[in-house]
Amino acid sequence: MAPEQRSAAVRKAIRSELAVDAHDEAHAADAREGEGKPIVELQHVSLAFDVPVLDDVSFVAHEGDTVAIVGESGTGKSTILKLILRLLVPDKGRVLVDGEDITPLSFEEALTVRQRMGMVFQGAALFDSMTVFENVAYPVREHTDLGEEEIEQRVREKLEFVDLDPDRVMEQFPAELSGGMRKRVGVARGMANNPQIMLYDEPTSGLDPLTTATITRLIMKLQRELGVTSIVVSHDIRSVFRMASHVALLNEHHITFFGTPEEMTASDDPYLQDFLGGF
Amino acid sequence: MPALLRRINEAAKTKVLTVQEYFVLAGKSLRFIAARPFYAQDVVQQMDEIGVKSLGIVLLTGLFTGMVLALQSSVQLKTFGATLYIGNLVSASMIRELGPVLAGLMVAGRVGSGIAAQLGSMRVTEQIDALNTLGTDPIKKLVTPRVVAALIMVPVLTIINDFIGIVGGNIIASLVVGLPSAQYWRTVWVQIASDGFTLRYVPNDFIQGLSKPFVFGGIIAITACYFGLGTTGGTEGVGQSTTRTVVTSSILILIVDYFITQILLSLLTYGA
Repeated sequence: MAPEQRSAAVRKAIRSELAVDAHDEAHAADAREGEGKPIVELQHVSLAFDVPVLDDVSFVAHEGDTVAIVGESGTGKSTILKLILRLLVPDKGRVLVDGEDITPLSFEEALTVRQRMGMVFQGAALFDSMTVFENVAYPVREHTDLGEEEIEQRVREKLEFVDLDPDRVMEQFPAELSGGMRKRVGVARGMANNPQIMLYDEPTSGLDPLTTATITRLIMKLQRELGVTSIVVSHDIRSVFRMASHVALLNEHHITFFGTPEEMTASDDPYLQDFLGGF
Repeated sequence: MPALLRRINEAAKTKVLTVQEYFVLAGKSLRFIAARPFYAQDVVQQMDEIGVKSLGIVLLTGLFTGMVLALQSSVQLKTFGATLYIGNLVSASMIRELGPVLAGLMVAGRVGSGIAAQLGSMRVTEQIDALNTLGTDPIKKLVTPRVVAALIMVPVLTIINDFIGIVGGNIIASLVVGLPSAQYWRTVWVQIASDGFTLRYVPNDFIQGLSKPFVFGGIIAITACYFGLGTTGGTEGVGQSTTRTVVTSSILILIVDYFITQILLSLLTYGA
């Protein structure tokens, strides 16, 4: 197949994917149009361990945005999440959360900033010695003075939001849950304290197509109903195109593309087309 | 040659950094004892894990150590017609040395490996990162309760170990040697009293026998947490952390035991 034909085929396939859920597409488009204030901002961030990981990386996620970070494995996508959480500090550049530069913060100050964020890990990272209830209640107990009754109410509300039956799962341990259920409990725990920002590290990896669609819809529901700003690291381009208002492509330690999914499919950049063609 | 020197330099730097990190972890975990929030429930849970669940192994160790001490010493003392002194020998050995060291080594094997495996698994399954992202300091939540629990429970286990060891000695002294129990316990007390008192009422043997397990408890918990939190490389890394914890804490216990003994012998007035 000639390169032009291949590009056209890729665009067609992706456009059809974008049209899978008209409601979701319309919603994502709304998010793209109405840009709010910057919530997460990376300014010329560079980071190296023994070898460079990120080099002069900049992007902005506005209020209510869902920014998806895509790229090949080992390009530093998850590192960006760790920088936003201030688990890592950049060698150069600044990371701003709601206008505040978090790079010079102390460890204790960083803990306070993290309370404004929720994180969903690739393997859910639920505390395996705790029940589902204790997992979701953990951040509430840790950072609020709510009584036991209010905590239970909050946990039930969050579990219902992620389409889990509280009465069925609350007393179960993470090992007793399926992969998709664990991810949903992870989302419930991440949003337990109503964070301003949600971060997702490969939220759909290792899940079957139906569960992947459920998690993708869940991320969109969070953005739609609660106006949460989301940063999603993903390899799953199908989900990315459904949920993201903007996509950042990481390649060779740089962001080589940042734009809407439509702009991405319209791009003639050979690497980008190759990348999309890979899916 | 410069390459070799560079390698030696790098290796030395790594070792120094490791020691520094170890003491930073120890310092932070102790500092957090007085910092809010207090994880009292976690401390109680760890006291159960470290103390109550180690009771069986410590009882067995203490009993058979006391029995074998009495048995071995009876053979030697018999040749001098001095089997009367079995109680002195068993009590001095158990309270000053064997009780603290054996309890320490048993807890290092059972509890140290457990802590390292648990924290190592939490590290490789991103649960430690999850704690961080939920705004919790993992040292405060995971290390401090374990250190506090070990500081309290290892001395308690040692007291039990000492007592059971002396009881074991009594069993052998009565059944094998034919020494009356009253006589045995009298010599035990004579031995404790003959080593002198601090502040008039506290036997020096008790000071020596209880200061050691307090330090050993700290060594076990901090070493286990240090290797557990530093786990890398998946399940294989968890196994390595567990092994390193048991080996390092056991060696540290034996080395530190010598130095504490040396210091206490020079500080306490024995036989006064």
